[in-house]
Amino acid sequence: MSAVWIPQVLRSAVGGQKQVELEGRTVRELVDALVAKFPALRQQLVAENGDLNRFVNVYVNGQDVRYLKGLDTPVGERDEVRLLPAMAGGSGG
Amino acid sequence: MPKSYQDLLREARKEIPEVTPPEVDALREAKAATLVDVREDSEWDQGHVPGAVHISKSYIEQQIEAAVPDRDARVVTYCAGGVRSLFAAQTLRDMGYTNVSSMSGGFQQWKSQGLPWTSPVNLTNEQKQRYSRHLLIPEVGSAGQAKLLESKVLLIGAGGLGSPAALYLAAAGVGTIGIVDFDVVDLSNLQRQVLHGTDRIGEKKVESARRTIQNLNPDVKVVGHEEMLVADNVERIIAGYDVILDGTDTFETRYILNDAAVVANIPVVHASVFRFEGQLTTFIPYEGPCYRCLYPTPPPPELAPGCSVAGVLGVVPGIMGLLQANEVLKLLLGIGDTLAGRLLLFDALDTSFTELKLKRDPNCPVCSDAAVAARKAGHPLPVSTVGADEPFVLGSIGVPSAGARA
Repeated sequence: MSAVWIPQVLRSAVGGQKQVELEGRTVRELVDALVAKFPALRQQLVAENGDLNRFVNVYVNGQDVRYLKGLDTPVGERDEVRLLPAMAGGSGG
Repeated sequence: MPKSYQDLLREARKEIPEVTPPEVDALREAKAATLVDVREDSEWDQGHVPGAVHISKSYIEQQIEAAVPDRDARVVTYCAGGVRSLFAAQTLRDMGYTNVSSMSGGFQQWKSQGLPWTSPVNLTNEQKQRYSRHLLIPEVGSAGQAKLLESKVLLIGAGGLGSPAALYLAAAGVGTIGIVDFDVVDLSNLQRQVLHGTDRIGEKKVESARRTIQNLNPDVKVVGHEEMLVADNVERIIAGYDVILDGTDTFETRYILNDAAVVANIPVVHASVFRFEGQLTTFIPYEGPCYRCLYPTPPPPELAPGCSVAGVLGVVPGIMGLLQANEVLKLLLGIGDTLAGRLLLFDALDTSFTELKLKRDPNCPVCSDAAVAARKAGHPLPVSTVGADEPFVLGSIGVPSAGARA
C-alpha cells in the first residue's frame, strides 16, 4: 500500500481524506486505483487519452514525475506521492 | 612613565605590519583576507572598500569574534588615514589574532590610487532611525537600505496576498510600490485584506492602499494602476519594475503575467491559497522554471475554484503574502537563497511546510532556449490560453495508455 496525499482542492471528491491508501507499484497504477475508487476525481485528474491533465502535477518524494518516468515512475511503500493541481487564487475579490 | 600619542603610535607601527592598498586589493580579489573597516558609521556610509566588514574601532573588541571567529585568519584593518587601524590591529593582536596587518594610508590612499569603492549612501537622520533595525544587520546595512529605497516592486492585486506584502515592503522602505487593482474595497475583503479598513468600504483599493502605505512610511511612492492586467497592457505596466509579486486570483492574469515577465526578465514571486493551504515559489526567468514550466496549461474554470467560491482562512494569505515579501526583499538585496526551483506548500491545519522540486521544462513555450530563439526570430511559439474548450494534455508525461480507462 502506498499513501497518496490529496490536496484540499480535491478533498471533497475523496470524502475529506488527506491521504488515501492505495495498491499500486507505479504512479499510473495508483492513479488508476484512485479514480476507480473515487470516480469524482476522474475529470479533475485524467484526460481523455488516459494521461494526467496538464494542470495536475504528481510528485514522488518531492520530485515531479515528468522528470522521472512519468506515469511509469515506480512507487515503493514508503514513498510519498502528492497530487498537486494548479491553484487559482490569490484571494483578491 | 606616561606615554604620549607619538609613543603609542611608534609602538603600534613596530608591532603591526602594514600593507599597501594595492596589496590589500590583491588579497581582497583572492578572498585571502577579511578586511575590517574600523571607521565611524558616517565615514563608512560615504563609501568603503567593497566586501569589507564594518566594525567601528569603538566596537572592535565586542564584534570582531562574530565577524572573524578564526584567530589564525588573515585580517587587514583600515581606517581613513592608517592610524586608527594600527591601534585597532593592536587590539586584535592582544585578543590573540595572529595574522593582523593594517592598511597604510587608509581609505584616502585607496581612493587616490583609483581602487574600487562603493558609492556613498545618504540616508537622512530620520531614515537612519526609521530603518535602524535594518542598518544593524550586516547583510542589509546602509547600502542595502539604500538599495531598497531605490527599488520598484509591483504588486498584482491589493487583496489577501498583496495586503500583508504591501504593508511590510512599505515598512521596509521599498521606494516604489506599484499596485495593479481596479477593484473597490468590499466588506467581505476585510477578513484578510489588512491594507484596508471599514472606513474604506466602497473606496478604490489602490487609493485605500496609498493612504495606508503613506501613513506607514512616507518614503514610499505608491504608483496606482487602476486597470485589469490584460495582454494589451501587461508589457507597459510591468516595465521598469525590479520584482513582481503575484497575488492574482485568476489563471488568465497569471499566465499573461508569467509570459510577459519572462520576456521582460523580471522575477515573479508567486503564491496562491485555498482554504487552509498555500503554495509559494519564485520564478526567476531563465535561472529557474516559469509558471508554464510548472503548469503548461490552465485548468478549465469549473475545475479550479477560486477563493470567492471556496473560501480561505484569513491568516493563510497573510502568511503566504509575507513569505512573498521575504522573497522580494532577498531578491532586491541580493542575499540568501530564493525559492527558485522549489515549491513550498503550507498547510495551516497541520502547521506543516513541504518542499517540492521544480525544474525548467526544456520544451517550455515561453522560457526554453527554443522559445527565446523563436521570439527573436519574430515568431513566438504558440501557448495555450485560458478558456480553451479542450483541456490541454502533456503527451510526454508517460506512455499513453490505450484508450480511455475504465
